[in-house]
Amino acid sequence: MDKETKEVLIDPMLIKNPITIQVLGICSALAVTTQLEPALVMTGALTAVLVCSNTIISLLRNKIPGSIRIITQLAIIASLVIVADQILQAYAFDVARSLSVFVGLIITNCIVMGRAEAFAMANPPGKAALDGLSNGLGYGLILITVAFFRELLGSGKLLGHVVLERTADGGWYTPNGLMVLAPGAFFLIGAFIWIQRTFTPELNEEA
Amino acid sequence: MDLVNIFLTSVGIENMALVFFLGMCSFLAVSKKVDTAMGLGMAVTFVLLITTPLNNLMYTYLLKEGALGWLLGPEKAATIDLSFLAFIAFIATIAAAVQLVEMTIDKVSPTLYASLGVFLPLIAVNCAILGGALFMMERDYDLAQSTVFGFGSGLGFWMAIVALAAIRERLRYSNIPPALRGLGITFIISGLMAMGFSIFGGIQL
Repeated sequence: MDKETKEVLIDPMLIKNPITIQVLGICSALAVTTQLEPALVMTGALTAVLVCSNTIISLLRNKIPGSIRIITQLAIIASLVIVADQILQAYAFDVARSLSVFVGLIITNCIVMGRAEAFAMANPPGKAALDGLSNGLGYGLILITVAFFRELLGSGKLLGHVVLERTADGGWYTPNGLMVLAPGAFFLIGAFIWIQRTFTPELNEEA
Repeated sequence: MDLVNIFLTSVGIENMALVFFLGMCSFLAVSKKVDTAMGLGMAVTFVLLITTPLNNLMYTYLLKEGALGWLLGPEKAATIDLSFLAFIAFIATIAAAVQLVEMTIDKVSPTLYASLGVFLPLIAVNCAILGGALFMMERDYDLAQSTVFGFGSGLGFWMAIVALAAIRERLRYSNIPPALRGLGITFIISGLMAMGFSIFGGIQL
């Protein structure tokens, strides 16, 4: 693997993470992370859509007229999301239900649009697919970590299996209700950003 | 009473930004100054108010199972279910509506256009707008309900983003750890605001 490919593959996962550094795709990162299972499914769906959309847009990049490129990209992404949604409803109906509107919202997930606009429009298909994969995984990394802590601390379970026995069921662990609610997600991601930027001081902002 | 309830719920209890995390990207990015936050909030409210009922009409008369009854007669239409096309139809409606709104405002009120200018095109990809349409579909609202829902959601978003911008303006004078500055502290403030908004929970008329 040459140096450039490695950069495209590794960078978005650690250094230029789509959520904590590029500030893209935050809506779903906060909303689907109360439990681990929806987070895993969401990561899968988003990564698949991202790889496909990056490849298709990159293949068409010389054919798309500049003035209508946004709506062309939206049409391509929306078609891919419809396919993903139909597959989820057919094979994982319960999870699709718990994700509710958030599968549809992959269309407006800024990661997909952002990568299409910033990378796929200017690079050959192979590299664009790789960029999609690594950004999808970088997104998943944060999603799964947040979901892990929220499910573990919020309800004492992981993937539905009891890990910390709750006091309500005769165990010792008192669940932290804050983790299941909206504020818990904000605090956790805030903390992640804090930790990450402590190790990469060059990314600190002014105000 | 039903409409009042939907309105209050969508403004407070189910606030788009702070409870459902929709429109987060612009919520965090465009909240550095109160002026710009006002502009974005106004634009989002405006577009939600227009597109949610528009998408509702589209869904009821074109996409829903048996919705084509007015065109083909009820027997033929009963077997047609186009609701899987909802995503692409909604996003097309939104993009078109945003374009129309932009042109209308430009003609009618240049001052308003100048203050909203940059934000209008961005709104087409704001998840709060598409989210509004999808929630409307999931909850089966009728035309009046979806109008009220769209307006309430917009207002809730507007309120939240202006409040956040006001807090961030004051924050300039505080001593924040360097690694937490900018995005990090914004997340923590939003978390605290979300806790504040949860006082609306349980209000029902």
